[in-house]
Amino acid sequence: MKISEIGKLLDAELLAGEEHLDSEVISACCSDMMSDVLAYVKDQGVLITGLINSQVIRTANMMDMICIVFVRGKRPTPEMVELAEECGIAVMCSEKRAFEASGILYAAGLSHSGGH
Amino acid sequence: MSDVVKFRFDVDGSDFSSAGAASVTVKKKLRQLGYSPDVIRRVSIAMYEGEINMVIHANGGIAEVEASDDKIVIVLADKGPGIPDVELAMQAGYSTAKDHIRNLGFGAGMGLPNMIKYTDDLRIDTVVGEGTTITMTVLI
Repeated sequence: MKISEIGKLLDAELLAGEEHLDSEVISACCSDMMSDVLAYVKDQGVLITGLINSQVIRTANMMDMICIVFVRGKRPTPEMVELAEECGIAVMCSEKRAFEASGILYAAGLSHSGGH
Repeated sequence: MSDVVKFRFDVDGSDFSSAGAASVTVKKKLRQLGYSPDVIRRVSIAMYEGEINMVIHANGGIAEVEASDDKIVIVLADKGPGIPDVELAMQAGYSTAKDHIRNLGFGAGMGLPNMIKYTDDLRIDTVVGEGTTITMTVLI
């Protein structure tokens, strides 16, 4: 699935990383616990979260994720958006709740594992 | 890449918003030095977990990374409270982090287990009341 399609499916606003819209991802992870993202994520390209702090961006960077979707209408700060640009991560915001956003993406073909 | 490349960072313990910044920088530098994505990922996740721990538990400290042809060594030294029971601290899910840290998305008790998982060697030198030094090695 292309990142641009994630944006359309979730009716999301893109805040950073327009150059990544054509990048392909095959799996995603949904969590507000960055500890768990660090412990359990393997080859997931997309992070779905409602947590707002700089560590969300840094955690995604550490895990080589290329897209973060902030749900529940949460908006990252300008500093977070700037950090994401630096790290080469696409950032978008959706009004949908985490469960709904995850369900939509799962139904559309994103999996929870790397798919290898 | 025959020389040893060294990096040193003062990790600020007073400002959580900057926690993890040193690890982001190291990841970028290791990419520039041409290490494999797998090595870079292991080093950066292990260092990031350690860096966050230093900020949460020890009011910051010094992070040093030495990158050479055959290994990358990360040393995290703090003057925090020390770890009274290292074996307990190593257990997955055990954490002394307070609720406000969990609200920031950390403190699940997975930091040290994750650091062990991603490194080839991890040594903890800790003295209660004086501080902790964690030395992690990732072999190339």
